[in-house]
Amino acid sequence: MNCTDFLAKLTDFFDGNIEPDLMSEVTEHLGQCHHCEVVVDTTRKTIEVYRGTEVYDFPDDLSIRLRSAIMARCEKSMASPDGKKKLKT
Amino acid sequence: MATLPSTIVEPLLPDTETEVHPDVDLVARTRAGDNSAYEQLVKQYERQIFRTANHITQNREDAEDITQDVFFKAFQKLDQFKGDSKFSTWLVRIAVNESLMRLRKRKTSKTVSMDQDLQTDEGSIPRDFAEWRPNPEQIYSQSELGDILRKTIAGLPPGFRTVFTLRDIENLSTEETAEALKLSVPAVKSRLLRARLQLRERLSRYFRQKNEAPK
Repeated sequence: MNCTDFLAKLTDFFDGNIEPDLMSEVTEHLGQCHHCEVVVDTTRKTIEVYRGTEVYDFPDDLSIRLRSAIMARCEKSMASPDGKKKLKT
Repeated sequence: MATLPSTIVEPLLPDTETEVHPDVDLVARTRAGDNSAYEQLVKQYERQIFRTANHITQNREDAEDITQDVFFKAFQKLDQFKGDSKFSTWLVRIAVNESLMRLRKRKTSKTVSMDQDLQTDEGSIPRDFAEWRPNPEQIYSQSELGDILRKTIAGLPPGFRTVFTLRDIENLSTEETAEALKLSVPAVKSRLLRARLQLRERLSRYFRQKNEAPK
């Protein structure tokens, strides 16, 4: 397995979808190729950082304002005869 | 030596629980006219929907509007929710549609096409092989880190950004992402690979083990 072959399998590798036969080739390549090892480690870290960080603030006042506006719209729609019919089906 | 896939990123794989999710009861109560049950659902998922919309549109005001629209539309179409997917996944699908519509309205339709491969090789081939510092996110304050991550993901083409958001941030499966975006599974995998590699390459400027100032 070379680096191009490995990269083609990278998504499956992260998802744990590599067939056992191929897995030994992947592991062997990673043991020999420092560049691919770095790519795996830093890509994994990229995902972890995005998953572990609240990139966009969502303060309580925004939450309350949005929820209040949403519920007002929902209740208004329920008040119409059409709205009541929709939810009872 | 790199770690084996089972420990690479936890939990990347979707939850395969077969138990009845508590949301099913909240949906049933809402259908029966209990608005407090729906308010509970809004409370549970408003942050996730806002985040998804913000990632895709890269616009906070749009994300606020979309969050309202998503929950209102979901309320109106609640009878269409069959329970064969998680309620949160159903909401995310609506959010993706609303977000992509917003992007198209901004007259940038060429940049939000989901059914074509982008004509760029960027991200296909890694070029930066510098190792990162052990806990690179701790180098920066929360506010600085937020700025870096926002700026970095904003630089991705919308199609890549959307796939990365659904798969890696919102934890949808490849199949769910493909369905939400009306893409094939191989197309999702291809975009995900390129999105991950492009983000990695760009973050490397900030996280690498060098005494260089970020570019």
